[in-house]
Amino acid sequence: MADIITTPHISGHADHHDVDYLHDGKGLKSWLTTVDHKRIGVMYLWSILFMFFLGGVFAMMIRLELLTPKETIMSAETYNKVFTLHGAIMVFLFIIPSVPAALANFVLPLMLGAKDVAFPKLNLFSWYIYMAGAFIAVAAMVTGGVDTGWTFYTPYSTTTDGSVALMTFAAFVLGFSSILTGVNFVATIHKLRAPGMGWFDMPLFCWGIYATALIQVLATPVLAITLLLLIMERTFGIGIFDPKLGGDPVLFQHFFWFYSHPAVYIMILPGMAIISEIIPTFSQKTIFGYRAIAFSSVAIALVSFIVWGHHMFTSGQSQLASAIFSFITFFVAVPSAIKTFNWIVTMYKGSVAFNAPMLYALSFLLLFGIGGLTGIFLGAVSVDIHLHDTYFVVAHFHYVMMGSTVIAFLGGLHYWWPKMFGRMYSEPAARVACALVFIGFNATFLPQFVLGSRGMPRRYYNYLPEFQALHQASTVGSWILGLGFLIMAGYLFASLRKKMDAPANPWHSRTLEWQTSSPPITHNFHEIPAVGGGPYDYYRPVGNGRNA
Amino acid sequence: MSNTTHDVAEHRFRQHHFATAEQQLDTSKIGMWLFLATEILMFGGLFVGFGLMQGVYPEAWVAGHHHLDRVLGAVNTVFLLCSSFTMVMAVHYASTDQKSKTVMNLGLTLGFAFAFLVIKYFEYSHKFHDGLLPGRYFNLAAVGGPPQIGIILISWIMVRANRGDFSSAYYTPVDLIGLYWHLVDLIWIYLFPLLYLVS
Repeated sequence: MADIITTPHISGHADHHDVDYLHDGKGLKSWLTTVDHKRIGVMYLWSILFMFFLGGVFAMMIRLELLTPKETIMSAETYNKVFTLHGAIMVFLFIIPSVPAALANFVLPLMLGAKDVAFPKLNLFSWYIYMAGAFIAVAAMVTGGVDTGWTFYTPYSTTTDGSVALMTFAAFVLGFSSILTGVNFVATIHKLRAPGMGWFDMPLFCWGIYATALIQVLATPVLAITLLLLIMERTFGIGIFDPKLGGDPVLFQHFFWFYSHPAVYIMILPGMAIISEIIPTFSQKTIFGYRAIAFSSVAIALVSFIVWGHHMFTSGQSQLASAIFSFITFFVAVPSAIKTFNWIVTMYKGSVAFNAPMLYALSFLLLFGIGGLTGIFLGAVSVDIHLHDTYFVVAHFHYVMMGSTVIAFLGGLHYWWPKMFGRMYSEPAARVACALVFIGFNATFLPQFVLGSRGMPRRYYNYLPEFQALHQASTVGSWILGLGFLIMAGYLFASLRKKMDAPANPWHSRTLEWQTSSPPITHNFHEIPAVGGGPYDYYRPVGNGRNA
Repeated sequence: MSNTTHDVAEHRFRQHHFATAEQQLDTSKIGMWLFLATEILMFGGLFVGFGLMQGVYPEAWVAGHHHLDRVLGAVNTVFLLCSSFTMVMAVHYASTDQKSKTVMNLGLTLGFAFAFLVIKYFEYSHKFHDGLLPGRYFNLAAVGGPPQIGIILISWIMVRANRGDFSSAYYTPVDLIGLYWHLVDLIWIYLFPLLYLVS
């Protein structure tokens, strides 16, 4: 093992090795041909942020349309297309790649003390596949749009007009980008940990990403084949899903949710992974229950594969199947609660600092609590029969997808921003934006729980007059949310125009990504770090405490 | 094997972020196994759909199977099994520095693969003629990409083996493509009874 610790750093060629990754090579070509995981992470970051903007604009249009019953700003047909695009863009082009492909791509190898991911070229290739998928999706939007909802349920999706086949193909292509990222991360975590770093010496972020990557690898292929069959059904009428041709539409639902329920955990596990980093750092305290959190990530990943039927309680599946799926769904709450309680206990008697990342982490705890517990309501068969396809479901999954995953993503973005770009953003502005996002989010989606429980169906263009007040509250909330994001874009871009001013370890963290410069050099570390202690040894002095 | 060739091979093919060639080989193998898992799951979806439809339309399935020639199917099975054997031998010879035997076994693998495809070609053109492709019964066979991809990959490593790229210090591509080819074989082993032997 001794030869692993010797490093390629040669003091005579210091200037090449000391250049930070942002300045190692100039011009567009040096970015488009890079195999550096940090640059690829940054390219992913800008790509997904653009998609988030696009999906967000569609969301604002939906809310504006629902300000009044009947037509407000668009026709019913346009409305169907707009909510489909909002869902498809947010799921396939933003949330799924958000934390793994953008943030984890950047920090995972740094946290492991590695020079790169296991397969750097494959990493770049996955970005190109992502871009290809994005272009195909845009092509589908401009050549007729899609009005099926992001779930592409048959037989509607095989018979409606529009570019369903093209949009489905885009999701198919994007799936491969996700698979390749997953393969890359599993191999990286298995084989590229720094010498001396055992599985239980990894930061918990790596455990979360590992669990995510396993789902990406094992679930996405099923979606791929499902979408391929859907395309074949639409183009050739092979008769597998369309009942008119003798097919089985419920088979599509089984296939779709066999991927898409685990995909929910592809979205939430990385969010939880970020929270497991932010809370100990800003409490300056060792994480409570390291192994419990690590194993609960893997447990969630495993259980995620056997709960898909809870999306189909009203599809006519057998009552026995529904009862079993319901029971297993309740079981998901156990590892989730284990994590939540451990995070809370970590803060107990810590020296808690309320910086922007920590504010997001605290928001996460509250919003994930609501999102997770309303999931238990929906997991109960009898309650779900009542609430199925209402705004209650919409509110529930937005509390998980946006209130938890996106909030955690924003926390991670603020946490690692100084590391990624070498600049500090305005802390007061960041706190204001976080408060607006938190208030705006709740104002948008809390009323939707009420709407749903009173019987407002989801996806509807028109509604009864008694629902108008709550719909309007929700729309006003979306404006507050939008304002928060606008401010955020403002101070983040402003920080990029400054000189580099970020210290190597602004938050006094103990994990390895903070032990190199901000932004890091191309090869990440001057010397491959030898790991002596745990990632959360806050009882040791900051600095080289771990690497001595 | 001398230490110098070992070092040269390490130097030529080891990527900068790996500490040793062994670490690189292990990592590549993990990546390949994961990729194979995704392929199996993709086909798993098809098999599930196939099995379900078979339960719903048993008569159509029996009728579909009459369009297939069991003898041709069995011959193809033998071809693929032989190709897997020669592939294993190619990996073995590559890892023991026997260049000409590596190239020869890769050539034999390609030969069996082509023979397989020729028979498939006659079967497919017949079914197109009967109007059965694309269709519910034969969509499994329609996803017939893996053998072709395999042939391209095997040709590529054959060229590289002939050039002398591989040695006991570095034969990762032969090993990985060997794994891939076995998967093609494996899927066929499942397809053969499902498609040809139902009654």
